[in-house]
Amino acid sequence: MSTHTEFTQTEVPEHGANDIYATSSADEQASQGAHVFNAAGGDWNDLVDEATSLGEERIVVNMGPQHPSTHGVLRLILEIDGETVTEARAGIGYLHTGIEKNMEYRSWVQGVTFCTRMDYLTPMFQEAAYCLAIEKLLGITEQIPERASVIRVLMMEMTRISSHMVCLGTGGMEMGATTVMTVAFRERERLLRVIEMITGLRMNNAYVRPGGVAQDLPPGSIDALREMVPEIRRGLGELEALLNENPVLKGRTVDVGVLDLAGCMALGITGPVLRSTGLPHDLRKLDPYCGYETYDFDVITRTSQDAYGRLRIRIDEMYESLKIIEQATDRLQGSEGPVMVEDKKIAWPAQLALGSDGLGNSLDHIREIMGSSMESLIHHFKLVTEGFRVPPGQVYQAVESAKGELGCHLVSDGGTRPYRAHFRDPSFNNLQAVAAMCEGSQIADVIVAVASIDPVMGGVDR
Amino acid sequence: MSDAAKPGKGTEQKDGPPAVNADTTKTQTSGLTPHEVEIRQDAAAGLEPEVVGVRHGMFGVTQGGDTSGYSRLQRPILIAGAAARPYGGYFDEIADNLERGLVGGTASYAEAVDRVVIDRGEMTLRVRRQHLPAVARVLRDDPSLRFEICTGVSGVHYPDRAGEELHAVYHLLSITHGGRRVRVEVSCPDDDRHIPSIVSIYPANDWHERETWDMFGIEFDGHPALTRILMPDDWPGHPQRKDYPLGGIPVEYKGATVPPPDQRRSYN
Repeated sequence: MSTHTEFTQTEVPEHGANDIYATSSADEQASQGAHVFNAAGGDWNDLVDEATSLGEERIVVNMGPQHPSTHGVLRLILEIDGETVTEARAGIGYLHTGIEKNMEYRSWVQGVTFCTRMDYLTPMFQEAAYCLAIEKLLGITEQIPERASVIRVLMMEMTRISSHMVCLGTGGMEMGATTVMTVAFRERERLLRVIEMITGLRMNNAYVRPGGVAQDLPPGSIDALREMVPEIRRGLGELEALLNENPVLKGRTVDVGVLDLAGCMALGITGPVLRSTGLPHDLRKLDPYCGYETYDFDVITRTSQDAYGRLRIRIDEMYESLKIIEQATDRLQGSEGPVMVEDKKIAWPAQLALGSDGLGNSLDHIREIMGSSMESLIHHFKLVTEGFRVPPGQVYQAVESAKGELGCHLVSDGGTRPYRAHFRDPSFNNLQAVAAMCEGSQIADVIVAVASIDPVMGGVDR
Repeated sequence: MSDAAKPGKGTEQKDGPPAVNADTTKTQTSGLTPHEVEIRQDAAAGLEPEVVGVRHGMFGVTQGGDTSGYSRLQRPILIAGAAARPYGGYFDEIADNLERGLVGGTASYAEAVDRVVIDRGEMTLRVRRQHLPAVARVLRDDPSLRFEICTGVSGVHYPDRAGEELHAVYHLLSITHGGRRVRVEVSCPDDDRHIPSIVSIYPANDWHERETWDMFGIEFDGHPALTRILMPDDWPGHPQRKDYPLGGIPVEYKGATVPPPDQRRSYN
């Protein structure tokens, strides 16, 4: 029994048959001049010493863009020293689809179908930011019916919960906890069922439209909402029982991905990451839109500045969102009214209705334009094919998305299409914090830190 | 029937002009949009709107004939011009504090700020590009301004605005002052695409400036590593510029193609 290290740097052996660790001859060809280590017994310390003395400790690793734990096609370029990350950079652009450019060649209404696909986990926020910006350009912000605003708030808060659920679920899965994922996705499914009931789609909804929303709540949706809220609350309790004091989770997340207030301010970070430093910054309170000032909810903050704090903030924010959903449901139950602006030059000409052959234009409307009023037909045709014109100028509208400040900068030249549509996606901005959060930490902590930012590459690359 | 309902009116109408023309004394807006009417009223009050282009025809058809009969119609594209004091709201305070904060710096307020535009409840500072860093620093550091967050830069390409084809638009947010917002707009000519970088003042703008360079070709001088960010490293051209060629779609029918979207006959 030999305890001494059989650890030598050898020539590539000529007769592979004598060497039980020999590589194939093809590999030998490729490895000409490379170091070959034969490890047979011995101590890892010696191996490390040997490797260190060779002066090749600078290793650059590409994590992604096809890595299951980087939230889609994020590429992390890590310089590592053993398990320690000495430098971290994020490479993006693998999901760039030119949505902003595409929007310049579609009418203002069609733009909704594009921007909803940016951050595909928070479709309602892009739609709302875009439509609020158009309404500001048109100068009809005050004319949006109350009911439409309440429905927008309702949809945005449901989207916030479903986005946070994915964040927790995938974040847990990346740490190896599949149960978090199953619970979170089960609860998200309840939300998506109601969202599908109201908008017709689970994602890419194109439900919020310039001037209001595409259609009123279908019958039965109030009941579905009332049924959903306590179930989600129960599921959240389950998640909390599973996560909050879980020693493994705390071991992985406490004091990981730390970014203090100064760092957040310098890097323009918003959303749960900023609130984990204790600053109660929330555009729903600071710069309200859609009537958020009339709802009763709290801005959740913590002071731990780490991934654990952000996780707890997300859980608590979901409870606050449930509170808002309940208030919005109350308002919708008691009220009736239009969900689209009155101005017929802007309002989408038809309300959708569920027919025997699926969702489509309401039969009453078809009957009117095809049977009785030629002017209605012309009006419908002009508005749908040509679209409305928006006075020249530019606006910026920001909403508090699940991930932070989502801004929409629109420029109009007076035409029927946006002259320029730019989205300031919170994930795009927040990903810049990867370097600050990860350098000096372990590789395993990189995953946790990135998950705590909750980037969605569809939004980052647009 | 109408005569019976409105006694005494029948004789009047016979003598006087038809009722349709009765309100010719009122302001005739001749088919202007409410926005154009508003801007013209501003112009009457001494605020000159800025003409940024001309719109031809009735439906904005750019390819093929305009069959509406209005093809020779030309209307200027007007955007809000320089505003006069008072700006209203907190905008006067921002302007005053910026003016005071710039004293003793590299440029005075009058040198740095070309004009202030107030439109749709938003304030735009049109800053001359060489003075952008000085203005940004005061906006960030002055306690009475304190715009902590710059939410990035958005490029806009106006090929028709000679001498200022490329615009970089920054949106700033002040958390300290309860969500005040201001927009800083800088322009550069297409043959000298340089704008000073403000990454040293707002590090958050790092990726945003890279994106704007990638998409519009504006070079931000002083940026630590101005490389492509969304497009591949070896990509030629800057896709969001209006002169960037777009692709058509080949169709499997006698060699036909669907032309690129900017060459199709369409309304705009």
